Amino acid sequence: MNAVIMPVADGWTIAKRNALKIRRSPDMLGGVVMLPVVLVLLFAYVFGSAIHVPGMPYREFLLPGIFVQAVIMSAQITGYTLTLDLRKGIFDRFRSLPMAPSAVLIGQTVSDLLMNLAGLVVMAAVGLAVGWRVHTSPAEAALGFGLLMLFAYAFSWVTATVALALRTPESFNNIATMVSFPLVFVSNAFLDSSGLPAPLRVVAEWNPVSTFTQAARELFGNTSSALKTADVWPIRHAVAASLLWIAVLLVVFVPLATRLYKKAVSS
Amino acid sequence: MSDAITAEGLVKRYGGVTALDGLSFTVPRGTVLALLGPNGAGKTTAVRVLTTLLRPDGGRATVAGHDVVEDARRLRAHIGLSGQYAAVDEHLTGAENLEMVGRLYHLGAKRSKARARELLERFGLADAADRPVKGYSGGMRRRIDLAGALVADPPVLFLDEPSTGLDPRARAALWDTVSDLVAGGGTLLLTTQYMEEADRLADQVMVVDHGRAIARGTPDELKDRVGGNRIELTVTGADELEPARQALAWVAVGAMRTAPESLRITVPVTDGPEALRRVLGRLAEDGVRVRDAGLRRPTLDDVYLTLTGHRASGAGEQARQTGRTGQAEEALR
Ligand SMILES: Nc1ncnc2c1ncn2[C@@H]1O[C@H](COP(=O)(O)OP(=O)(O)O)[C@@H](O)[C@H]1O
Ligand SMILES: [Mg+2]
Repeated sequence: MNAVIMPVADGWTIAKRNALKIRRSPDMLGGVVMLPVVLVLLFAYVFGSAIHVPGMPYREFLLPGIFVQAVIMSAQITGYTLTLDLRKGIFDRFRSLPMAPSAVLIGQTVSDLLMNLAGLVVMAAVGLAVGWRVHTSPAEAALGFGLLMLFAYAFSWVTATVALALRTPESFNNIATMVSFPLVFVSNAFLDSSGLPAPLRVVAEWNPVSTFTQAARELFGNTSSALKTADVWPIRHAVAASLLWIAVLLVVFVPLATRLYKKAVSS
Repeated sequence: MSDAITAEGLVKRYGGVTALDGLSFTVPRGTVLALLGPNGAGKTTAVRVLTTLLRPDGGRATVAGHDVVEDARRLRAHIGLSGQYAAVDEHLTGAENLEMVGRLYHLGAKRSKARARELLERFGLADAADRPVKGYSGGMRRRIDLAGALVADPPVLFLDEPSTGLDPRARAALWDTVSDLVAGGGTLLLTTQYMEEADRLADQVMVVDHGRAIARGTPDELKDRVGGNRIELTVTGADELEPARQALAWVAVGAMRTAPESLRITVPVTDGPEALRRVLGRLAEDGVRVRDAGLRRPTLDDVYLTLTGHRASGAGEQARQTGRTGQAEEALR
């Protein structure tokens, strides 16, 4: 087997192993499928009755934001699973085999991507049931989901990097929660950020979560001319900026996670 | 190339701790070497270096002709490893675990599946094959891990303390399996804290202490140096210790150890049963009353005490206890 095929073939073997694991751990599956459903219903009915955005129903505004949030939460499974596996001897087994070392992280991120996709499908279905609608062409909508998946994949590598640097499930969870909550809430995901006080508004406008949310809103047609969008480059060119973010995340975090993995397992 | 494993002056340090301190040895193809030593002797570190999991700080080593550092990837196609702690995936079934390992050895889907079934059968796990490993007992996990090392039928095997944590019956079963394995002509490096395990499985035994080899030989050679069995004698009163010592000196082949507070004397002898018979006869003649008398095999502690003059630091007490686990071990002699 050559150097190109091996990481792919071995990565697929590892991804299948992870998929089996997920199928057998109801808690993980519940987290990925049930949590988004609860979030959609909670935000749609609780916030939906209190928050109003100009020119469109809140639920249409909300769903792209929920998608982005769910992607960020689900991608944390990658990091969390890695810290759990680090505790067991399974990486020793992998490293004593003539497999491609990169396959472990490739397999982990790919299986988590599939899980993320399942979560998105469920959320979209629930969203449609509570009144979310797509107003663009099927091609654009497909692009919207594609963009979310790319972001999910790239963000998995970010959580993998953090996990391999911290190495314990507890510290990973603490950091992940501490970072992801402000990241999601100081953004335009759930509310119109133009109403925020100045310093928070600037943070929200430049927050990549806002960029991805805005890109998804544009691709699904969940925008309104009555809603004024922030006048910063990553929001005005949200789709391009999102692709740029994804590229940057992959270029930085794939090699970083790979290096940290080697370090974490060879001591 | 008749050596399956060569190690030359291996050094590995962890901060201030020197885990391997210039360890050198060879294992001829088709033979079994046991690394014998207490906790912390450096056994696991040696195995990890030889299986490419750890880079040595000094020295060099080859396995199946491949350098452990330069040629790690190719080397891995020739080895099987069962580490000190079972490396299995809890959520996967026994069959899925082995199939995954087969795929990662690049055996292909069909052969991986067939091989998994074959090994499950051989290790008596056929009934549990399709249950998640989560529900397996310690002995079953050990066996599935061992099976994992054998998936690709590798010519060189590494087993790190394969029987630690197993009950005597599971240990006996494991020993049978390993004996069968090496009868097929493979090379095996195994580590253990138990003298009797080395005795039972190995062609050569190397005693390791603080990352260095302190003795090497066949189990018989080693036992000759250490003495075969021990007579352990407990008398009924302190004033009977001296006459008992005199009777024991008659058959002793090494240093006698007396524990006055427990009224116990331990002494190495060669022909155990005969020596015990003679000693008991003489004690009866001398009118020394004996509370307890018996034979036991040398423990790791005895080996250490004889070879190094000090007790095994970590596992002394543990090895001592398992040195006397009763019938199962008796049956294996
Ligand atoms: N990852 C590690 N970090 C620090 N010290 C270690 C590490 N692994 C082993 N050691 C130390 O190296 C020595 C040898 O350990 P090890 O090879 O595990 O011995 P054994 O397997 O014979 O019990 C011990 O003193 C142990 O504490
Ligand atoms: Mg060890």
